[in-house]
Amino acid sequence: MTPELGNFALALACCLAAGQAVLPMVGAQRRDPRLMALAPALAIGQLLALLYSFACLVHSAIQDDFSVQNVAANSSVAKPLLYKITGVWGNHEGSVLLWALILGLCGGAVALFGRDLPSALRARVIAVLGGVSAGFQLFCLTTSNPFDRVWPAPMDGQGMNPLLQDPGLAFHPPILYTGYVGFAVPFAFAVAALIEGRVDASWGRWVRPWAVAAWCFLTCGIALGSWWSYYVLGWGGYWFWDPVENASLIPWLTGTALVHSAIVVEKREALKIWTVLLAIGTFSFSLSGTFLVRSGILNSVHAFANDPARGIFILGLLGLVIGGSLLLFAIRAPSLTAGGVFAPVSREGLLVLNNILLCSICAVVLTGTMYPPFMSLLFGKTISVGKPFFDATAAPMAIPLMVFMGLGPMMPWKRAQLWPVLRRLWWSGALTMLAFALMAWRVRDLLPLLAATCAVWVIAGSIADIAERIRLFRIPVGASWQRARMLPRAALGAALAHAGVGVSVLGLAAMSQAQHRIVEVHVGQTEMLAGDAWTLTDVRAAPGPNYTALIATIEVRHDGRLVTVLHPAKRTFASQNQTTTEVAIHTNLMSDLYGVLGDRHENGGETTYVLRLHYNPLAPWMWLGGLIMALGGVLSLSDRRMRVGAPRRAATAGLVATS
Amino acid sequence: MSDKTAQPGLTRRRLLMAAPLVVAGGAGVAFWQMLSGMRQGSFDPHDIKAPALNRPVPDFTLPDQSPGQGFGAADLRTLKVPVLVNFFASWCIPCVAEMPQLNALKDRLPIWGIAYKDKPTDAQGFVHRAGNPYARIASDLSGMTAIDWGVSGVPESFLIGPGGVIRWHSAAALDEATMHDILLPLAASLRT
Repeated sequence: MTPELGNFALALACCLAAGQAVLPMVGAQRRDPRLMALAPALAIGQLLALLYSFACLVHSAIQDDFSVQNVAANSSVAKPLLYKITGVWGNHEGSVLLWALILGLCGGAVALFGRDLPSALRARVIAVLGGVSAGFQLFCLTTSNPFDRVWPAPMDGQGMNPLLQDPGLAFHPPILYTGYVGFAVPFAFAVAALIEGRVDASWGRWVRPWAVAAWCFLTCGIALGSWWSYYVLGWGGYWFWDPVENASLIPWLTGTALVHSAIVVEKREALKIWTVLLAIGTFSFSLSGTFLVRSGILNSVHAFANDPARGIFILGLLGLVIGGSLLLFAIRAPSLTAGGVFAPVSREGLLVLNNILLCSICAVVLTGTMYPPFMSLLFGKTISVGKPFFDATAAPMAIPLMVFMGLGPMMPWKRAQLWPVLRRLWWSGALTMLAFALMAWRVRDLLPLLAATCAVWVIAGSIADIAERIRLFRIPVGASWQRARMLPRAALGAALAHAGVGVSVLGLAAMSQAQHRIVEVHVGQTEMLAGDAWTLTDVRAAPGPNYTALIATIEVRHDGRLVTVLHPAKRTFASQNQTTTEVAIHTNLMSDLYGVLGDRHENGGETTYVLRLHYNPLAPWMWLGGLIMALGGVLSLSDRRMRVGAPRRAATAGLVATS
Repeated sequence: MSDKTAQPGLTRRRLLMAAPLVVAGGAGVAFWQMLSGMRQGSFDPHDIKAPALNRPVPDFTLPDQSPGQGFGAADLRTLKVPVLVNFFASWCIPCVAEMPQLNALKDRLPIWGIAYKDKPTDAQGFVHRAGNPYARIASDLSGMTAIDWGVSGVPESFLIGPGGVIRWHSAAALDEATMHDILLPLAASLRT
């Protein structure tokens, strides 16, 4: 009964969403306050129905109701409770439902927190969100229904892919999806603004918190995904330029550009058309990335069950959402008025540069990702684009981006002189030079060296920004502290987020200097790596809940002193006939010692084991930096100016002819 | 601004603003083609188009990759014994994982390596660390030879029979089972 209730609730949500798409939009066109007032009620109603539907699916999974096909295909009695719950979104159907739920949450959030918005704008934003929701719920109901039943019901399910049985991955999809779907709100704002034919400073102020929030989630999601591949896949790598990874990086890049260009709209009323396009583009990339991966067009290691019929539904939906919004853009955007003017050397100028560079990197990643299927379609050639392409193209563009990042926050708006800014940054420049000299001593590769130097520059620049704002060491320390407490949180958040980028890049640069060895050893043998002595002291078998494990014990000593004992393991899951490697990592935040247990060989009475040993300097900084970036975003979201409504629009100001 | 000067500017603006739609539309049509091709079976992005089996290797000559000696199509065509040609790269993680297998194989079947899009110094360090399973090593820095061979990614291995004919192909890292069950029996049959 529960699955049917869930199915019904989903259908109800879909109907409510359809109503939400149409009625408030009509109301806003006709200026009918009653129809416009329906918007928040419908959004909340849709959210409640979706929550109920999702709860039904979770309930079926916990209760081991194997008559539900989705549960039978992905769960089993022996699976731990946590993974029964998180396994709900570990497959295609469940993740589409989760996607729809998060979209519903976004609509609900606009309904609840958007009370300060003009009623017509709010009605239109909620209506656009409702339209997108209705489309995805229809997709879920017709082609990917998680509530489908099987008869006769099997006694036990087929179980979950053991690679996915991991706490990090369990919470990765909700965070990542919130990032993707969160950009639906800026998208809806952009479409609503195009319908109204008006984009002004207050629009920029309303959009920015939503974009920042989505950006925080996406940043966390990407960092978590990269961390997962680092410690689960056991290859010692953290980013493989796989289409699935690129699909999350592309909207992150345009989303980062959006977060910055929205500031220019808010402060200076410039870059309006561009910002609207970025808002549309970011959500379009979020949508097309995730769904193209599922249609099977992109060749990825993260395989979903591919179904071209699903693909055609998705493509139609994408055509409607993306095509529709871009058509609206093509019609309306030319009549939007250009805003404030600024000199090339100014904060706006640097933000434009930031946007150009971010979008260029995005274009490069997009080209690299889409090149193989397009070559295959147009010329019948099969090729693959790998790490060398991305390393050679994307990384060099990140260097100037970071150089400007250090300068940007110090630049005055409108028109600036370069010299005073540089003079205020003299000590961070000196620090950067010193860091360069110290690192050039040890690092021989140019690109990591430059990247690390720029990272130091970015971190020093964000410290300099705050120091400058509180006039540190120029007024008494107590007075500086007073200033620091009065500092807007948005400024602190921006500095923190920039420093986070620097921390991440330092980690990435250091990882290029990582060392590893693959050795075949017998128990008791010692191997040297990066100055440490690694000794395999023991290998034993141990049973687990739904697998059997082979656990190795490796002692790592530095100059005879015991540093750590690692326990890498190999798990064999009998029900799926699959083996996973459990990496052992010891971190002291400055470096990771990373051990993997490989194959076991018997040659003539002697048993040897293949071990993979990695020394990864600064590896944790890559994800720590991501976390710092997201924290910076959260800090700036807590700024009062972000929450309190902007001054009302002047009624006469932006009434542009909407021919 | 008078209307006369504004008009061409506006038209240009209109064209510019329509550009994203046109690009998205183009991409949409292409995806439609791909999807319908996938349904009819005429388009498969997962398909790896291997070079025609039982045909001679394509023409190429490649320079030395230290510490080995380079080779070309002519060298393979004058062979009297089977050889495994292995495309690898120092930046490729599955290649690292494949090395123990190659080292175990090298005494039973000569392996000639081609470093794919890899800086010679990087490739040299990699081969050195991995214990050098290769009898000869050539450098394909541009990746053009790999394209002619139909390489879809690294690592990729080709079994070349006497006379330089491609007898077998694997687009994935070799594992022990493939080595013992398929590769070595096939190589033994070619040796007669």
